[in-house]
Amino acid sequence: MNYIPGNNQDTIVALATPQGSGALGIIRISGNEAFSIVNELFSAKDLVGQKTHTLHFGLLEYEGEIIDEVVLSLFRNPKSYTGEDVIEISCHGSSYIQQRILQVLIELGARMARPGEFTERAFFNGKMDLTQAEAVADLIASNSKAAQQTALKQLRGGFSEDLQKLRNELIHFAALIELELDFSEEDVEFVDRTEFMKLITTIKSATQQLIDSFRLGNVIKNGVRVAIIGRPNAGKSTLLNALLNEQRAIVSDIAGTTRDTIEETLNINGSIFRLIDTAGIREHSSDYIENLGMERSKSNAEESHIIIYLIDSTSKDDSYLDWLIPFKDKTISVLNKVDASDSDQVVALMEEKTVKISAKQKTGIEELKQLMYQMAIGTEIQTENTIVTNARHHDILLRIAESLDDIQTGMQSQLTGDLLAIDIRRCLHYLGEISGKVEHDRDILGTIFGKFCIGK
Amino acid sequence: MFQEYDVIVAGAGHAGSEAAAAAANLGNKVLLITMNMNTIAQMSCNPAMGGIAKGQIVREIDAMGGYSGIVSDKSMLQFRMLNKSKGPAMWSPRTQNDRMLFALTWREMLEHTPNLDFYQDTVQGILVKDNQVIGVKTNLGHEIKAKAVILTSGTFLNGIIHIGEKQFGGGRVAEKSATGITEQLVSLGFQSNRLKTGTPPRVDARSLDYSKMEIQKGDDIIPGFSYRDNVPKLDPEKQLPCHITYTNTEVHDLLKTGFDRSPMYTGRIEGTGPRYCPSIEDKINRFADKTRHQLFVEPEGFKTVEIYVNGFSTSLPEDVQYKALTKVPGFENVKMFRPGYAIEYDYFPPTQLKANLETKLIKNLFFAGQINGTTGYEEAACQGLMAGINAHLATKEAEPLILKRNEAYIGVLIDDLINKGTDEPYRMFTSRAEYRTLLRQDNADIRLTELSYKLGLAKEDRYQAVQEKKSAVASMIESLKQTSINPDDVNPYLEKIGSTPITEKQKLAKIILRPSVSLEEMVKEVPVLKDIINITNINNIQQSEIQIKYERYIEKEQEIVDKINQMESLVIPDSFDYNKITALGTEAIQKFNKIRPRTIGQAGRISGVNPADIQILMVHMGR
Repeated sequence: MNYIPGNNQDTIVALATPQGSGALGIIRISGNEAFSIVNELFSAKDLVGQKTHTLHFGLLEYEGEIIDEVVLSLFRNPKSYTGEDVIEISCHGSSYIQQRILQVLIELGARMARPGEFTERAFFNGKMDLTQAEAVADLIASNSKAAQQTALKQLRGGFSEDLQKLRNELIHFAALIELELDFSEEDVEFVDRTEFMKLITTIKSATQQLIDSFRLGNVIKNGVRVAIIGRPNAGKSTLLNALLNEQRAIVSDIAGTTRDTIEETLNINGSIFRLIDTAGIREHSSDYIENLGMERSKSNAEESHIIIYLIDSTSKDDSYLDWLIPFKDKTISVLNKVDASDSDQVVALMEEKTVKISAKQKTGIEELKQLMYQMAIGTEIQTENTIVTNARHHDILLRIAESLDDIQTGMQSQLTGDLLAIDIRRCLHYLGEISGKVEHDRDILGTIFGKFCIGK
Repeated sequence: MFQEYDVIVAGAGHAGSEAAAAAANLGNKVLLITMNMNTIAQMSCNPAMGGIAKGQIVREIDAMGGYSGIVSDKSMLQFRMLNKSKGPAMWSPRTQNDRMLFALTWREMLEHTPNLDFYQDTVQGILVKDNQVIGVKTNLGHEIKAKAVILTSGTFLNGIIHIGEKQFGGGRVAEKSATGITEQLVSLGFQSNRLKTGTPPRVDARSLDYSKMEIQKGDDIIPGFSYRDNVPKLDPEKQLPCHITYTNTEVHDLLKTGFDRSPMYTGRIEGTGPRYCPSIEDKINRFADKTRHQLFVEPEGFKTVEIYVNGFSTSLPEDVQYKALTKVPGFENVKMFRPGYAIEYDYFPPTQLKANLETKLIKNLFFAGQINGTTGYEEAACQGLMAGINAHLATKEAEPLILKRNEAYIGVLIDDLINKGTDEPYRMFTSRAEYRTLLRQDNADIRLTELSYKLGLAKEDRYQAVQEKKSAVASMIESLKQTSINPDDVNPYLEKIGSTPITEKQKLAKIILRPSVSLEEMVKEVPVLKDIINITNINNIQQSEIQIKYERYIEKEQEIVDKINQMESLVIPDSFDYNKITALGTEAIQKFNKIRPRTIGQAGRISGVNPADIQILMVHMGR
């Protein structure tokens, strides 16, 4: 975190409402240039002299193109959500319109907000009237997507709550171990090691769940990596363009045109997908550069959350590539050019993950998008389980797991309490690093004095 | 009639005595003022020194050249190494002491200390000029000048003693309290508060039936506290035993009949008592489901029949104390010498101190012991030692000596006090130290003697001994790490202790890492070891073994500590304006303004400051 309040900051923009659904959408732009940027698009009047907390109706126009009829809500610093100059643009609920407005605002100098960045700015500008505990949760999890703020807020609270619970239970046992060490002369009962082992196992499985949730968390935060893979000239670039509604990759009919990896960002239902178009895969290519591109394709496929395996259904060569089999769970078979062929002959990798499209005619594209969303995020985001989104947290969780392993090993080898306590302390420390409560000696002593009758 | 002193120490308890000794041994002209020359270094409460965490402190005091360890060794009537079944970091020496001999030995040692004068009088206030202390004034009307003053008032400041419904002023039973100092300091801007502590009844050994109690004997080997080998130790055969007995529900019921006359429950006592040293009435009240509580029956000395009933601290009326005691097994015919009592006294919340124990408000004025909210002889003594050293350094305008948390329990204690403060009497526990494996009783000399030697406090003989120990241990560890042993040589020993035999040559250090292996045992059982290491010095063998066994754990501790220390290296500029940070809570702003932490790490240790506040601070400092 390098945010220094009052310093020159980028002007940031993001969709504040879920994408696609609903009659209206709100795009929020915040920063020093919010007014000047929107002013360039808003044709009805000059925003420069307008007061804070006023509404303005009119058209957004860019280079002669009318984008939408909108209402602007103006908030001047510091009387805004972030404490900066903010404009909220209420536009129509079409995802095309929303994407277009975002695009134009970005072209004019705004940048896409990082997840949680509005809240982060609000926090640092002293705008957030949160309890301090909530402030921590906010800082820790400044990673939710603006578009899913409400849903993710719950997740955020849940995360530190879960850990707090584990930490409290561990503190209870740490107290018992410490009791043995500091009060061995006293007439008190000591640790039931079997119970302690049980607790460690419980904490371990909870930790493992959190660690596992990182994959999904990472997807929510950093976007879903999607590799588009297919034989040369299967139409990968055309598909990319169809998904993005624009012309980006070099499209030609000569096989093997795309040699560089092209990465584009796509927003499906408010989640970010990173599309990677890769060089076509041919099993026998003598072209050195093309070989390089294919190497890259393979590694892209491995690193991706989703692989779109694009098959030219007009081509006789419809066999899938052997090396995709290990990835079949994350692969969507997309039969392209269905408008020009009798696609029934085509064999896909997995039937339930097959979509028929025509990239050129733009048919089947929406169906493909929804399948991508289902696979990457789908039902998981609906669950009440806590999701870890932050790489640092993930790293700390791994250390917690490691210290739990050490505790288990120590217990099994009858390690003395003072050494066992070190692993427990490490575990508590790392739990504290996430929940922000690094000091635990007082909690431990408090537990001891509260629960046991000590003292001569 | 008085010269101008370098250092005046007011109060001659454990803190005052150590302070006076340290300052005098460092070459200062020191005056020790006490109300009563006959009660120098009184043990006001239990007749014992050391114990878990406290024993480590006594060893630290000794390693630095303080007197508490030597005095305890010379006056012990029983020695036990507590926690022997736990790891070496937990081993804690403890002595039962002859109360009178203890005080007498202290006085003797102080009288043999050069540069140290005594005067029997009561300090009534300090002399201040330009926010700097310049001396003290006394009840007898003397104004005595000094460059530095150390106040070690114990429980004497406005002390009030409670026994049942009776209440009277006093610093200990039959001793007057001290008045005037609190009032003056408050008028100078200090904050003061009340604490409470208590002590149990003393009884006549001739009236007890020990056959109804468990006996608790001393150890067969007495290493003692002092690292100096010329301190005579008690012959283990001559130790006196303690005894253990228990209360029961009948005792509890009798005690409850006095609750309506208890100063604790009728609101006459305002001060906060320690949670870990509760009175017997508090024990039966707070832990009502416990049907018995342990009592330790401790002899007060070789030449007296007086017995200290440890665990029975109380301020209930004497008749209730007496009646309840008669229902304790072995106490049926008990005769009471002195009733237990509670005492309330003033302390000055220690957040008003700098790390050298000097007050933030008045230059060269130092506080040590219970005046800082601590409890325990050991806690008091080590503060006295540090105050004595730092008063010396302050008058020489030299850098203060501040022990770090990874150097000594003393460092943990003072760091806790000045940063977190305390609202109950503060006692040391090993769990307060994040470097517990490092802060052992066996290595206090390695940790601290050189430091003190360079200051001029620890003498040449101590320093030489530590240097020899260090190099002998280092070379032994080196040999153990370099030398491999044949299966034939070591397997008989391994089989004997039920440890898996080795199949090929293995480094000795690796074998020592096994939890069940003891190097001390191994040198006896494996003859070839004689050729590899010097087995004559048991202490060095133990030390080498501990260091090898603990190495990995010390690294783990270090891992956590490093993380915490990253915070310690983030210095907060003196000019930092907390008021301007809108995101900070009001309470945090107040705390930061009051304590003015030097580092982010210190800021994080302030009680009432939340992690969120620290993160906000860090962000504002550009981190």
